[in-house]
Amino acid sequence: MKRTPAALGIALTALCTLVFESAQGSPNFGQGGGGWNAEELAVLTSLRIRELPAAPRDLSNAFQDSAAAAALGKLLFFDTRFSRNQAVSCASCHDPGRQFQDGRAVGVGLGVGSRRSMPIVGAGFSPWLFWDGRKDSVWSQALGPLEDPVEHGGNRLQYARLMQMYYRQTYQEIFGPLPEFSHLPEDAGPRGSTAEKEAWLALDEAARDGISRVFANMGKAIAAYEKTLSFNPSRLDLYINEVLNGKRDVHSVFTPQEVRGLRLFIGKGQCVSCHNGPLLTDQQFHNTGVPPRDPDSPDQGRASALSKVRDDEFNCAGRFSDAKLGQCEELRFLVAQDGHTVGAFKTPGLRDVALRPPYMHAGQFASLDAVVLHYVNAPHAAVGHSELTHLHKSPDKTKGETEARRPIDLSPAEQQDLVAFLQTLSTN
Amino acid sequence: MSNRLAALLLLGLPLAGCMTAPASLDLSLSKPTVHQKYVVDMHPQTEVIAINRLHAWEIRVTSPEGAPVLQAHIDIDGGMPQHGHGLPTKPMVTQELGDGRYLLEGMKFSMTGWWEIRLKVETDQRGADVVTFNKVIALTKSDRT
Repeated sequence: MKRTPAALGIALTALCTLVFESAQGSPNFGQGGGGWNAEELAVLTSLRIRELPAAPRDLSNAFQDSAAAAALGKLLFFDTRFSRNQAVSCASCHDPGRQFQDGRAVGVGLGVGSRRSMPIVGAGFSPWLFWDGRKDSVWSQALGPLEDPVEHGGNRLQYARLMQMYYRQTYQEIFGPLPEFSHLPEDAGPRGSTAEKEAWLALDEAARDGISRVFANMGKAIAAYEKTLSFNPSRLDLYINEVLNGKRDVHSVFTPQEVRGLRLFIGKGQCVSCHNGPLLTDQQFHNTGVPPRDPDSPDQGRASALSKVRDDEFNCAGRFSDAKLGQCEELRFLVAQDGHTVGAFKTPGLRDVALRPPYMHAGQFASLDAVVLHYVNAPHAAVGHSELTHLHKSPDKTKGETEARRPIDLSPAEQQDLVAFLQTLSTN
Repeated sequence: MSNRLAALLLLGLPLAGCMTAPASLDLSLSKPTVHQKYVVDMHPQTEVIAINRLHAWEIRVTSPEGAPVLQAHIDIDGGMPQHGHGLPTKPMVTQELGDGRYLLEGMKFSMTGWWEIRLKVETDQRGADVVTFNKVIALTKSDRT
């Protein structure tokens, strides 16, 4: 695999020339506005929001398209009664006025969490939910915080009782009869206090199953609501449309600095490698050496999530899922634990990114300037191995010339251009 | 999108890939294993490989003389050498199809560019051997997410 840089350059030129030559049969090749070539136009096209299809069907949620379930889910999403202190709802951390997040470094509910609240629009496009991917559907994701002691902090039986008390008729119209809870204790749940856990274990299996089914259906209703949320076009979408329409005056949409930033985003900044497609995420997990929030106990990221999602009673293959045997392909082919999963976190989508500092999985960076600088500095990871290549790293002799990732080498002015471009991803 | 661009995309040209993948990469999907114990051919069972979509491949294993190799155990690994990450899934051979053919399910590529697919083939008769294939994933019209 050893090649000289010069030989590689010639080879790359040859390959790119091949692409261009193939395209030259078209009369208007490369004639879009803004001076983009065919290759770049193809990448730009792939980023447009209009390229986004309907969300993939979640076969584990038979109610995902039910308008009644979505209406119920919306009520549940904003209902603070579903918490230990009657003060926390999903919307507490996922505020619709703030792109369904809270602007905090880490979530705050009953207590203080350890990771950043994620925005939820477009969540259904990801096979894995949360920063570490420990859930495999939106409905199952929605259940996690409800039982987390530092988030909603309530318990499963409490929630089932609340459904009976406040949403009985609506629930039964959608999901069928509610079980009878009158003979059961007030509180019981598998993730609650010691007393709640003991009460849960004292219930017979049929009672536990009935309660868990009501709980799962709450998640399915919330997921149906979340599926109704969508992104509006951003200024980037407007710019790309103008470019593809061959408009000459594209600078009325983007400033020259924003165009330079876009060029870096899809070019030497390498951002588009992971931030690809209309949602600007590959939906996968990467270690990019982001410093841990707690250096004494660094977050292991996806490595800590694989067994959780595999063993989750609310996963696609579980008894509360509506998927049939053989329909849980993502779970079936879930990656095994290896070095790549350690310290890896999900690539966040970048739509509206400028509106929601701080950044990264625990809000480690206060500004987009700091984020871009991190990728340029490319520090070593505290846990696992960063996928980035340090600018001044000595060459890895075990690898051929072409196998190492290029460093993200951006001058201070280029970093500013990139940050300016990231502002254009907000809703127009 | 203009028809011109659509046509270009449908060709599945290595648009984004051409920026990074080494041009002299051996893209053959049929080659002998490192120690010549087997010859392995693998090809996707879909015409267009879209980003982030699960799909299946078929693997055919023969002896160097061309005889089909039956009851082989095949492990799959891979990743992006230039990015330092592995495959986004754990693909597995789920079925032996006869005549030395095997069904590989759970394949997925999450971004454009150069991917390696590494196979370890093992039988009682011939032992274990490895082979690495290169696949350059390009943008296609159907890449939506």
